[in-house]
Amino acid sequence: MGAESSPKIVIVDESPIRAAVLEEGLREAGFTGVVHISEMQSLLARIYTLDPDVILIDLENPSRDVLEQMFQVSRAVRRPIAMFVDQSDAASIQASVDAGVSAYIVDGLKKERIKPILDLCISRFNAFAKLQDELDRTKSALEDRKVIDRAKGILMKLKGLTEDEAYVLLRSTAMREKKKIGEIAQSILTASEMLK
Amino acid sequence: MTGPLRIGFIPLVDAAALIVAVDKGFAAAEGLDVTLVREVSWSNVRDKLNIGLFDAAHLLAPVAIASSLGLGHVKVPIAAPFNLGLNGNAITVSPALHAAIMAEISGDPFDPLATALALARVVAKRRRSGAEPLTFGMTFPFSTHNYQLRFWMAAGGVDPDEDVRLVVLPPPYMVDSLASGHVDAFCVGAPWNSVAVDLGVGHILHFVADILVRAVEKVLAVRQEWSEKNPEVLAALVRAAFRAAEYIEQPENRAEAARILAQPERIGVDAEVVQRTLDGRLKISPDGKIRESSRYLLVGREDAARPDPMQAAWLYAQMVRWGQASISPEALGTAQAVFRPDLYDAALGREETLTETPGAIGAFAGPPFDADDIAGHLAAFEIGRPKP
Repeated sequence: MGAESSPKIVIVDESPIRAAVLEEGLREAGFTGVVHISEMQSLLARIYTLDPDVILIDLENPSRDVLEQMFQVSRAVRRPIAMFVDQSDAASIQASVDAGVSAYIVDGLKKERIKPILDLCISRFNAFAKLQDELDRTKSALEDRKVIDRAKGILMKLKGLTEDEAYVLLRSTAMREKKKIGEIAQSILTASEMLK
Repeated sequence: MTGPLRIGFIPLVDAAALIVAVDKGFAAAEGLDVTLVREVSWSNVRDKLNIGLFDAAHLLAPVAIASSLGLGHVKVPIAAPFNLGLNGNAITVSPALHAAIMAEISGDPFDPLATALALARVVAKRRRSGAEPLTFGMTFPFSTHNYQLRFWMAAGGVDPDEDVRLVVLPPPYMVDSLASGHVDAFCVGAPWNSVAVDLGVGHILHFVADILVRAVEKVLAVRQEWSEKNPEVLAALVRAAFRAAEYIEQPENRAEAARILAQPERIGVDAEVVQRTLDGRLKISPDGKIRESSRYLLVGREDAARPDPMQAAWLYAQMVRWGQASISPEALGTAQAVFRPDLYDAALGREETLTETPGAIGAFAGPPFDADDIAGHLAAFEIGRPKP
């Protein structure tokens, strides 16, 4: 696809990482005219200035309602803009809402040219959500380890245990109470704060 | 117990009957297992309801009508068997615009005609001095806020499309936008007007009840198809919301209702701010001036929860007046059919013939509303841009 025929795409997303992931994917697929907007003030004015063919917005963004105003008859609108998905595209709507993204296109852009953009968008959004999820889990595992280390330290000091013994005590208590070892460690920390 | 229901809502005080129905156990008492899902935009609520990710939703009444008419989006017929609230919005203006209006006003500052005429003089002065047009924020193209602002200013001779700018702003951004001068005024539901006043960046100029005595605001919306497939679940949901509305309207329950609504995962503001709205006793200016109204937000009293097709017709008439919809008897019929007093009556075991005639719209300007002659009614208003 030549640069001339590449539609101009605007990504409205307050998450810079996700926007970068999407932008990269679009460029790789040959869509060269991609602009990212992260600032929600004067959003419509910026969009009118950029005059895009396609607008992609994440569903966590309250400014989605601002975009809906583009459908209204108004002096400010230079070109009519219509929702990408029409009546026959229930599956596309479902997939994009599930992924957490919505697309708007300028009226007249052919549907077959939009499909690859939306498909790519959906897959990148899904990949990003998976990544985010993994990151959150890693973070909480790290957090747990810190808490467990501190709880071990308290047990060693108060009960005169070795590090291994302290860990065994934590683990057996967790198993007996059917709780996570991190939760037991946290309650030791809380208790020791209170008893200070 | 029926299968779990997912119901979307926007964090606003007029979601009260829905939130209290779930959090106070009225829904569970009806055998319903409901998960409330907090959303960030009306577009999201509409789309998730339309494609079936939500079974029901707290929805702007005009969005329910627009969805059934296929305006602005995919056409999905909606049924609204329960009004979550009447009135409840307010118009808040910046301290500078407040001073400008008060400098021009002749008459009662709570009289919407007096303020609209004063606004017209402010607008004319600004134009003569070459100042930028005033900007008004509202929540959605198909919103009561949009129509209420337009109705008010047009009565004073201000053309909402020519003389000022009307922009959509998500409710959580309203206060910041007023503080930063991005907008000069806004019309929004609670708690945002009170938040602006508390921060000293706005004055509440009008309660919407000044403009319209009785105006439907949010509805409990379901897909029409879903209502036909799940009549018993829907009836149980209506009953749960009805009990919750009754609970909220008892003054002795207000503090508890406000506490429930204020929870971080619900509306997420101070309970005291929520209670002001429920009590209709609001601080209207940063200096602490209080204004009370018995009509600020009606959750269940005065038969507020019973859908009234005449209200749907009024909203449709506004869509016609401002060029969003074409005028036709079919479209009017579709709009009115969204509001389902029959489902409400059936759920509560009421005889339809026993219910009283609901109150009129009671607009401060123009002739009384006539749903049978919308063209004639709209002809009485000078400003408007119906489609040819």
